[in-house]
This record gives sequence, C-alpha cells and structure tokens, in this order.
Amino acid sequence: MDFTFSKEHQLLRRMVREFAEQEVAPIAEEIDREERVPFEVLEKAGKLGLMGMPFPQKYGGAGAGEIGYCILMEEMNKVCGSTATIIGAHTGIGAMAIYLDGTEEQKQKYLVPLARGEKIAAFALTEPNAGSDAAAIQTRAVRDGDYFLLNGSKTWITNGDIADVISVLAVTDPALGARGGVTAFIVEKEFPGFKVGHKEEKLGIRGSSTAELFFEDCRVPAENALGMFGAGFLTFMKTLDVGRISLGAGCLGAAQKALEMSMDFAKSRYQFGAPIAAKQAIQWMIADMAIEIEALRSMIYRTAWMMDSGQTGREFSTMAAMCKVYGSEVLCRAADVALQIHGGMGYMKKYPVERMYRDARITRIFEGTNEVQREIIARNLFRKIGLRLR
Amino acid sequence: MKIVVMIKQVPDTTEVKLDQRTGTLIREGVPSIINPEDKNALEEALTLKESTGAEVIVISMGPPQAEDALREALAMGADKAILLTDRAFAGADTWATATTVGIALKTIGDFDLVLAGRQAIDGDTAQVGPQVAEYLQIPQITYVREFVLDDGKVRARRAVEDGFEEIEAELPALLTIIKEANTPRFPHAAAIMTAYREQEVTFWGAEDIGADPETVGLKGSPTQVKRSFSPPPKEPGQIIQSAPGEAAKDLVGILRNKNII
Repeated sequence: MDFTFSKEHQLLRRMVREFAEQEVAPIAEEIDREERVPFEVLEKAGKLGLMGMPFPQKYGGAGAGEIGYCILMEEMNKVCGSTATIIGAHTGIGAMAIYLDGTEEQKQKYLVPLARGEKIAAFALTEPNAGSDAAAIQTRAVRDGDYFLLNGSKTWITNGDIADVISVLAVTDPALGARGGVTAFIVEKEFPGFKVGHKEEKLGIRGSSTAELFFEDCRVPAENALGMFGAGFLTFMKTLDVGRISLGAGCLGAAQKALEMSMDFAKSRYQFGAPIAAKQAIQWMIADMAIEIEALRSMIYRTAWMMDSGQTGREFSTMAAMCKVYGSEVLCRAADVALQIHGGMGYMKKYPVERMYRDARITRIFEGTNEVQREIIARNLFRKIGLRLR
Repeated sequence: MKIVVMIKQVPDTTEVKLDQRTGTLIREGVPSIINPEDKNALEEALTLKESTGAEVIVISMGPPQAEDALREALAMGADKAILLTDRAFAGADTWATATTVGIALKTIGDFDLVLAGRQAIDGDTAQVGPQVAEYLQIPQITYVREFVLDDGKVRARRAVEDGFEEIEAELPALLTIIKEANTPRFPHAAAIMTAYREQEVTFWGAEDIGADPETVGLKGSPTQVKRSFSPPPKEPGQIIQSAPGEAAKDLVGILRNKNII
C-alpha cells in the first residue's frame, strides 16, 4: 500500500495551486457579487490543460487521470466555488459523458475542443418534473430521417447558457422507460430549435450560471446519439458516478480551506487576554473538522484511484456516492463551524467565510441529492446479501 | 541556436532555518523548487525558442533529487535536461561548482548563449554565473533586465543601482537574469505528465565529463564554511512616552549616557 502522490501529481498540484491563487482568488469575490462567469479565467485554464484534466492526451486532455482531476477540483474550490462548479459541470459530467460513451468520431469532433477548453460543455438531465427521479424525464426525441427531433425542457443546467456542446437525455421510447427507452444526445447550441431560457439567481456559486434550456423541434443529427441507442440512462448514471468523486474532491478543498482560515483566525483573535485557540471549545471544533477532512481525503483519492485503475463496478458506484454524500456534509459542517469560529466577522460579506458558507450548501443537493445517494448506497449494500430493493 | 540554462534546486522559503547544533540547513519538510530567478532565465530561453526555434538545454548540479527541478523545466518547455550528480561533486563551494558546470558546458559544446538567474535564494552569492563565464573565457553580462540577439552579438540592458547600462557582447556569452525581466509561464498540465512519464533526464558524473576529482567538490573548493549561524535577534527598542518637550530631553539624556552624543 502506498499513499504518496506521484511526482507528476505533486508538481501538478503546485501548478494548479499557484494558478488558483494568482488568477482565480483575486476575482472570486467580484464574480460572486456580480454574478459574472469568469471567461478570462476559463480561457487561461484551457490553455494550461485545466479544462480537460482527466482525459487522455490523444483527446486533447492532460492525461492526468481522475486523481489529477480531483487535485484540480480540490485546489480550485479552495479559492472559488463558482469557478470550480463551472469546470466541474464542463469536465466532470458534460464532457465526461462523451469521453465515457462517445464513438471515436464523436470524441474527435466534440471531446477534443472541450478538453482543450476551446468550447464549453454542459450536462442536461434535470427537468421541471424530474430531478432525483431521473427516469421520469419527459423530453422527447423522435426520429425524422437522418435526424432526431427533440422537444421538451431542462432546468437548473449549470453552464446552460454558456455551453457550446450539451449532453442531453431524452425519451426515445416511452413504453420502455429508463430501461431501453431513453437515449443520450450531443446537442450543439447552434442546432435549430435549441433555446436558452431564464437564468437563475442563486444563494451561492453565483459566478457560475444556471439556466433553463428549451428544445422546440430541435434537429439533432442521428449520428449525435451518444452511447447505445436506448441506453442513455446508463450513460448518464455512469457519468454521474464519476462526477461525484470530483464533486467530493471540491468539497475536500473548500473544507480544508475552512479549517485553515479557522485556525489562522483562532490564532490571531484575542479574547480574555489569550488567542481563542486556547479555548477547549475552539480546539474541539478544529480537531473534529480535521478528523473529518482526513477521512474524506482518504475516501476521495481511494475512489479516484479505483477509477484510474479500471475498478469501476458496483463497489465503485457505491464509493462514488459516498464521496458525494460525505464530501458535501463534511464541507457544510466545516463551513458552519468556520463561520461560528469567525463570529460576527464570519457573517459579514467583507470576509470570504460568508461566501464559502453560501457556496457550500448546493453540494448536498446537486448531482443527485444526498438522500438519493444514501438510497443508492443502501441498495448496493443490500444487493450484496441477496436483497434487491427498488 | 543552442541555449543552455543553469538552474538550481532550492528550498521553497526565504526563511531558511538552521540547525543550531550542526549549523546546517534544515531541509526536512521544506518543499524544493527551481530557484525563482533561474525560472526567469528559463523563461527568457523559452521565449527565444518560440521566436527562433532555438534548442533549450537545462543543466543543474546537485543531489539526485534535483532531478525534479529539471523535470519541471522540461514541463515548462526545455528540450533536454542534464543533472550533474556525483559524490565527487559534493561539498563544492561556488568556485568548484563553476568549474564543474564549466566542464559540463564544454562537454555539451557549441552553445550560443548561457543563461542563469542573478542569484539563488538559499546562498545569495550571485557568484556561480560569473565564475562559469570566467572559466569558459566568454563575455558575461549580469543583472540583465532585457536583451536582444543580433548578428552574432547580444545587446543587453542591465540594471544598476541608479538606472540601466546597455552592453553589447560577442556570442557565445553568459547572461544572468533578474526577476523583473519577465513572468515565468505555468507549465501545461499535459506537459507535466509527459515530463515525468516520457522525457528523460541525463545524469552526468565526474567521469562522464572527464572532471579531475581534485578540481571539483570539497577538494576543489578554496573556501570552506567554518560555521553557520543565525544572527542574534535584535533587542526590543525603548519607547519614550513623555510629552514631546520632555521626550526630547529624555532622549538626549539617554544618548549622552551611552556616550553617543
């Protein structure tokens, strides 16, 4: 057993950290306040290979694997939840679906420019009546010669209004439902009948955009069907499995940052003639945060290692769900405790704890609520002892 | 065109701590980096590579782990990397270091330009660059902020205390670069992977460059460190808190007592 990061991953972490601190940290407060997507950062990130971290170099990626991608998400989320979310939706799920199930032609045409950061991706699953119950989607795709006509709408799509390429899930055979009746498609924003609707105002991750998408007889070439026809549900679930690890990695980074900020504050804040770090109440908060963060770190990188070494069965899927649940909950606790330690200062917009607290909350909801993740975990566990739950 | 960049691996801190007992640097737990101004030198070389197609070779002397500094240089865009590492090189002062690097540069041969950082953040001597130039008997321009190559010559603007000097020299020449010259690039993520997984670092020992063991390492060093120590901390100052008129009198009194005035 060897828990050390490879030399290349160590250098990668240093590079990503310097990039995040020099290029992203200075704009984090402003993009949150102005609800502005930091295109200038995304462009620079793309030129350094940060928009295609896990993908092989032959597809324009960095070839750094899931471990390298988790390092990126960890370091990025330390300084800016919004930027990390944009990269996560682009790389971790939008482009990931094409990488996992795309044909060689689709990868050359779509994945290469996405991995290089020349184009932005989004992942469109959620609908007004289908979020956690993903099988209940209503967006329809009907064959029309060499095309499919898509009709329906998607909601709360991260990067929805800035994406050039969108992985979209649609029903191709309502009779078959999720098992055989749902297909994934690659949609370009220029396709006729594709429209971007309302852009949401949010509690946190406000520098990332979240939008509604409409498909009105949207003409998608038949060759843009992604993965096996009718097996789109599997493509999307498989993609989300992978996305959940890096989401957890982002949570790890932000939680680590919350701990560091809390320690710095507890060291320099004097009350009753001593730093508040001398109080047992503060020490226990710090210790509990640190314990959870270390446990999370082990979980994240073990699961990323499983992915990189090709161990992507049911066990992996269970671990990925755990990364998402535990990561988001460790982060939300850490952000809450960090705010408490900072006291009044933590509540003020002037200091980054307030933003971190708001940014943290979504992680327990998006990419599959924690409640649904717990169901997945329990179902997989019971299945091992012969009980199949639905 | 062939450009050689001399780089040094240093601890990533400007506050190097000393072991009070042994007087040596405490390196444990301190990550190692490419000396910052050596990175500026490398950036100059890589910019020239982009405009002229020059070949960029990075060279370093140090323990085997200095390989990481060279891998980072490869990730930034250097074409070849050479590490001078041998027990015989250990304990070298700046003279013996310059001798070793000088011999290695002759082994590389037909270079047009040698670049180095102004000085390293650990030793702060700024000696090795100029000494290598002396060893090779080539022109040297130190503290370079910017330079151009033109028809077998280099024209450089060097920073001096109250302005700049413009100096022209025949190639091959050695230049030491200051941090104001540029902002070193980030390596591309893919290049980091390739630097470790596919590219090679050449290791040269004393025999590979035909160095006489008497002229390198501790044996070839005319200077030796007798003792390293941190200067004793400054004693806290005295604040005179009386009213301005009184304070002036008090101050004069104190200075008189100390025989300063």
